[in-house]
Amino acid sequence: MTTVDDHKPAGFEDNDQHPVGHGRMLRKEDPRFVRGRGNYVDDVQLPGMLHLAILRAPVAHARLVSIDTTAAEAHPKVKAVVTGATLEGLKLAWMPTLSNDVQAVLVTDKVRFQGQEVAFVVAEDRYSARDALELIEVEYDILDPVVDVRRALEEGAPVIRDDIEGKTDNHCFDWETGDAAATEAVFATADVVVEQDLVYPRVHPAPMETCGAVADFDPVEGRLTLWSTTQAPHAHRTLYAIVAGLPEHKIRVISPDLGGGFGNKVPIYPGYVCAVVGSIVTGKPVKWMEDRSENLVSTGFARDYVMRGEIAATRDGRILGIRTHVLADHGAFNGTAAPVKYPAGFFGVFTGSYDLEAAYCHMTAVYTNKAPGGVAYACSFRITEAVYLVERIVDCLAAELAMDPVELRLKNFIKPEQFPYTTKTGWVYDSGNYEPTMREAMRLAGYEQLRREQAEKRARGELMGIGVSFFTEAVGAGPRKHMDILGLGMADSCELRVHPTGKAVVRLSVQSQGQGHETTFAQIVGEELGIPPADVDVVHGDTDNTPFGLGTYGSRSTPVSGAAAALVARKVRDKARIVASGMLEVSADDLIWDKGSFHVAGDPSAAVTIQDIAMRAHGAGDLPEGYEGALEAQITYNPPNLTYPHGAYICVVDVDPGTAQVKVRRFVAVDDCGTRINPMIIEGQVHGGLTDGVGMALMEIIAFDEDGNCLGGSLMDYLLPTAMEVPDWETGFTVTPSPHHPIGAKGVGESATVGSPPAIVNAVVDALAPFGVRHADMPLTPSRVWDAMRGQARPPI
Amino acid sequence: MQVSMTVNGEEVTREIEGRLLLVHFLRDVLGLTGTHWGCDTSNCGTCVVWVDEKPVKSCTMLAAMAGGHEVRTVEGLAQNGELDPVQRGFMECHGLQCGFCTPGMMMTARALLNENPDPSPDEIREAISGQICRCTGYATIVRSVRWAAAYEADRAEAPAATTTGGAP
Repeated sequence: MTTVDDHKPAGFEDNDQHPVGHGRMLRKEDPRFVRGRGNYVDDVQLPGMLHLAILRAPVAHARLVSIDTTAAEAHPKVKAVVTGATLEGLKLAWMPTLSNDVQAVLVTDKVRFQGQEVAFVVAEDRYSARDALELIEVEYDILDPVVDVRRALEEGAPVIRDDIEGKTDNHCFDWETGDAAATEAVFATADVVVEQDLVYPRVHPAPMETCGAVADFDPVEGRLTLWSTTQAPHAHRTLYAIVAGLPEHKIRVISPDLGGGFGNKVPIYPGYVCAVVGSIVTGKPVKWMEDRSENLVSTGFARDYVMRGEIAATRDGRILGIRTHVLADHGAFNGTAAPVKYPAGFFGVFTGSYDLEAAYCHMTAVYTNKAPGGVAYACSFRITEAVYLVERIVDCLAAELAMDPVELRLKNFIKPEQFPYTTKTGWVYDSGNYEPTMREAMRLAGYEQLRREQAEKRARGELMGIGVSFFTEAVGAGPRKHMDILGLGMADSCELRVHPTGKAVVRLSVQSQGQGHETTFAQIVGEELGIPPADVDVVHGDTDNTPFGLGTYGSRSTPVSGAAAALVARKVRDKARIVASGMLEVSADDLIWDKGSFHVAGDPSAAVTIQDIAMRAHGAGDLPEGYEGALEAQITYNPPNLTYPHGAYICVVDVDPGTAQVKVRRFVAVDDCGTRINPMIIEGQVHGGLTDGVGMALMEIIAFDEDGNCLGGSLMDYLLPTAMEVPDWETGFTVTPSPHHPIGAKGVGESATVGSPPAIVNAVVDALAPFGVRHADMPLTPSRVWDAMRGQARPPI
Repeated sequence: MQVSMTVNGEEVTREIEGRLLLVHFLRDVLGLTGTHWGCDTSNCGTCVVWVDEKPVKSCTMLAAMAGGHEVRTVEGLAQNGELDPVQRGFMECHGLQCGFCTPGMMMTARALLNENPDPSPDEIREAISGQICRCTGYATIVRSVRWAAAYEADRAEAPAATTTGGAP
């Protein structure tokens, strides 16, 4: 089986004819998508289905004085109008967030961010529901908003969360990691200390499909079926049981095809709960699909970290320590979706890929009058912010020392023989071999040649920049003794059945949002069982038909559920060995596995295939003593550690000196995600993340004006990259398997989103070096680059 | 009001509200859910269909305006059960992931190839520049369209040759 990344020239091969296992294979899900036969939530049509629309607050901070729904209720097509007061009566006005905070489903006391849910209408069609929203009259008593994160803790700042008993400020939490005293000692004696303020602005994952749900409550059976845009159907079902008081076995959550997720579809949003309530009160199925503005202003944002980075080193470029203080804007409710013991996600890996003597981080998180959320947009639980911090500050150090940024990194990498490596903040990196990955990126980019080209261009006054980043990711949450979400351990289960004819069905607890699970997991099982992936059906996204698990985010599907799939297939193989021993009348120990069949040691002609075995296991003939029949198994996989992929990225930009427009001319990405199951799918994951990186580095920001109005509420204001802004990606790979994953695989879904922004910013700063620029914050729009060129670089917030 | 149009070769007549958008007419009235809706501002292009063989954003056109015209959607891209080379190219070159933007991208790509059978990568990027994909990073979409162009060029040179695989 080849694992090359080349894409084939014209010609048409059916890759499903590959006998078994890993390698490039066309996706099993694509035939329905290219025919327009995907099945997304908004495609669900049920008899008698009604439509729900949500009235949202026009202001950021206001006391609710009154709501008059009389006119809306009189609309001939309206079936129900529900306000916060209605929900209070049902004890559903507030719901828990994934971070043990609470969030209002509908406003009862006070609006806390612009776009917050105030009331909803259920009507016969989409348009009438919207019409009726216009008929609801709301009176607000407008309050001063808290918009500037730096002023949220000032004396006298308006208190946003007065719903929390005794709350007198906007403090959300403090968190620290590392050793403050040891780090101070290293900094006190270092030759060189460099400091830099960095802002990672608020951005939004903006999947092409917005969030939505169809709720169908059967009052006779007391049974709720909920089609919803969720990356974690099982976790959602449990939370609905807790929130709504419905028995868990009477709730079925179906997550059909998802039009992208990127973390946006991890939380439970008020709209989902409204759809459920709407169905209960009307007795009909109810559909809610938010529009794009609702998606951008109210659902899970990402980032919003204001960071100070400090790095200490020797004069000859040995990095000794990193220290950072972070001010985190969590919005109006702490809706962060991260393991509960990790309020800052996995930001603790901010020491990056370097062997340091000491590190320390202190973080303060605050409430502001902005939408809640905080962990989304393919960020690997805040590793995006951590990698940006370390890779920018290392470049700042390189500039200070007048060292080549690649040379500085090579000098400080953790060495291969140091793995497993425990960082100064307590993370145990499972495996890594960084230098070959860095050198492969340099080879593909032609690094030395690029530097020569840059020198020539600089001499002519042209602005060319070369940016490097090197990241270590931590994915596959996680070991259940450390990691849970609202008490649910982050393990995943997998069930595999081999049918009598040797075809199989594998049922997963994770849910694809476009990652190609139907293909990758069929390949994992195919490789282990020796049957073609085409013979393996993958079932996911339906809590009635899949075993329990925590879902897909944080690049955890392959590290956790992929391990479960491999191990359940091995368990089935072990059972097949027992059946085969009966068929061949030898001891099970005398059988040799030959990828798809067992043969007797020393006699290859005495063999039975897995298909023969499957038929015997279900057949009428005798089975070995104690074997009850069938060929199936289920397991739950509790990962012993995270997996730690890494990668080296090199970006080449040209900056127009007349317009300050940045053009990403080339981007070389070399990723190491351990064992590669389907190189085509891996490459696709990397390409998508690199494009996210261009968006964040150059275009995207969810900003607010001083009144708390969201300035990024449409795709005309929140700019996403099109085909014109991105280059033809150049990818490569190295392979350092994970020592603890059953097939050595690590995650890759978020690597490029994590790794690319610092490479792009480093490239732009490098291009602007002739102007004396040492740093400029994202997004590097023409006007912001123009200011930087004139010595007036300013933070975006 | 009553509206009549041809959709994927079939004449349809329906009673509709005058304000009904073409995208909702196709999806909610005709059940052709391959055409998607992704923004309010005609930026995303997941709703692209053809009206008289030209790509249009069906979220910014009233169904009534399509009256008397020929509309084609992704469901009408395959002919006689055989996938269009553009559809095959997207599968071959991993030009899709979540599949949400894919129908609109393919409709634009097919229209481009009808006008320009051998587009350069830059011409392909320009053609799809009014549409957004959050998954693929566009490079594989460009390859997919190039694949379809090369496939059609091969087929034009050797019309008797049979394909080596067939539609999956």
